[in-house]
Amino acid sequence: MKKNLKYNLIWLAIMIAGYIIINVLEFAGIMGQFAETTLVLIGINIILATGLNLIIGFSGQFSLGHAGFMAIGAYVCALITTAIPNALGMLLGLIAGAVFSGVVALVVGIPTLRLNGDYLAIATMGVAEIIRIILNNLKITNGPAGLYNIPMLATWPVVYLLVCITTIIIVNFIHSRDGRAVMSVREDEIAAESMGVNITKWKVIAFVVGAATAAIGGALHANYIQTIAPTDFGIMESINILIIVVLGGIGSITGTFVAAVVLGLLDMILQNFGTLRMVLYSLALILIMVFKPSGLLGTWELSIRRLFTRKSKTKGDA
Amino acid sequence: MHTILQQLVNGLSLGSIYALLALGYTMVYGIIKLINFAHGDIYMLGAFWGYYVINVWHLSFWPALITAMVFCAFVGMLTEYLAYRPLRHSPRIAALITAIGVSFLLENGMSYLFGSNVRNFPQAMAVKQYHLGGVSISNIQILILAVSIVLMILLQLIVQRTKMGKAMRAVSVDPDAAQLIGINIDRTISFTFALGSSLAGAAGVMIGLYYNSIDPLMGMTPGIKAFVAAVLGGIGLIPGAAIGGFVIGLLETITQALGFSAYKDAVVYAVLIIILLVKPAGILGKNIKEKV
Repeated sequence: MKKNLKYNLIWLAIMIAGYIIINVLEFAGIMGQFAETTLVLIGINIILATGLNLIIGFSGQFSLGHAGFMAIGAYVCALITTAIPNALGMLLGLIAGAVFSGVVALVVGIPTLRLNGDYLAIATMGVAEIIRIILNNLKITNGPAGLYNIPMLATWPVVYLLVCITTIIIVNFIHSRDGRAVMSVREDEIAAESMGVNITKWKVIAFVVGAATAAIGGALHANYIQTIAPTDFGIMESINILIIVVLGGIGSITGTFVAAVVLGLLDMILQNFGTLRMVLYSLALILIMVFKPSGLLGTWELSIRRLFTRKSKTKGDA
Repeated sequence: MHTILQQLVNGLSLGSIYALLALGYTMVYGIIKLINFAHGDIYMLGAFWGYYVINVWHLSFWPALITAMVFCAFVGMLTEYLAYRPLRHSPRIAALITAIGVSFLLENGMSYLFGSNVRNFPQAMAVKQYHLGGVSISNIQILILAVSIVLMILLQLIVQRTKMGKAMRAVSVDPDAAQLIGINIDRTISFTFALGSSLAGAAGVMIGLYYNSIDPLMGMTPGIKAFVAAVLGGIGLIPGAAIGGFVIGLLETITQALGFSAYKDAVVYAVLIIILLVKPAGILGKNIKEKV
């Protein structure tokens, strides 16, 4: 307990240091509006991708419908914050969005998670498309035009805080007894079942947690960009999140962070290239995959504890 | 009654385009278990090839169709060689992301080179409307249906009767065993891509003629729908892809005719999910029992 406390305190210090560094950079004028936007979008992508990594990397279920749950979170939060345009509304919106999206994921997940592999992928893609088409036709969501004038409540400290919170929740979930049950489903369903793991239950739980995270990402997206339309949440958005997960390394949360930052910076640098931008982006994607198929970091995780034990070991050897 | 028949005709011609595309998906999936996301963009390339050949070289429809098929077969083999072959022994999801990358590259490369505006496809054939007992059917619709059916029969003959077809079936059952009995896997997979892509090229030229407009992003939606069709029919099965394509074409036109055109894609996906829940391997797929 005491040992864990030490590592947890170091992590806390890193998070606070990150916050202070960004603040100082902003204050000193090194970081302008453009860099801040990039930073916020990277943060939102991290939230979305860690949720998807939980589903794909840790429970081994191939979901292509992440944008659908993101859309639910975005619309619920946008509607609530337009009615209550203050911090309380944002909090309510985030919670309501996550809960609503989790409930939809539960209803959808129980029947569809019986499917495996590519069939599940295509079924989740179908679910996301159905969600998008329903949003496109409802009165309350203002149809294809979408919602605009959403209050700008997702400032960068809010996004930063939520990146920290969702990552802590997901990492702790993975390292708990429940997380090991989820990973056993990924490794071998039959072996897991014979060891007494209820595979359907853990698949659905991972799916629901992932969907709730997607909703938080979507809510932040809506309150940062301030306008949302159903076309923002098409298959391409699901694929963009999937690219971050696979590029970073399936089953590595650190990898997701690295990939989100790399892709965010790549996007920022390529802004100057105009139409050539997406051509270079897709070439980079193909080349990374051909030469590093397991993703940038594979399944490697950054662990403060391991750093410390390695240090003490080398000391012992000397 | 007339409207039902009319929608049936429209649905069949749209469905045969989906079926042609779905065949490519299903063959590639059957042989290397890869969802080839770039397949829809090969179809787009086919349409653009048709556009240029008819406009610049003033070819008529049939030479345009055949050269487009050859061109797309070549592009399909090239993408397989450059992007998918190095990844044959890596995790399947890496190959999937590469396929998405190829799709982005083709879409954006075409937008970069030729502009992203919508173009009018040249009228290589005068449109004639025939009226059969109140149902109107154009010569282009008949052409699409006939060409698709001929191509499907040809494909079935190649797969079932030729040596290469036998090799394709062997590799899709067990690549290692196929290699042991002397089948050249690389060449067989290349051939599969060539076949699938040439069908997509034909579909591209015909859709250009049917809808009269082409643009670099035209392959995205039909590509995904064709994939849904392949899954619906039972992915990896050639007759399944054909049935799936026709089912989706008909579903779409029927929902449109009933006045729910805003929900036509939702209906397609809902039917897909229901069928997968009842028959998890698609309409024609066999359920394989899990063995420990």
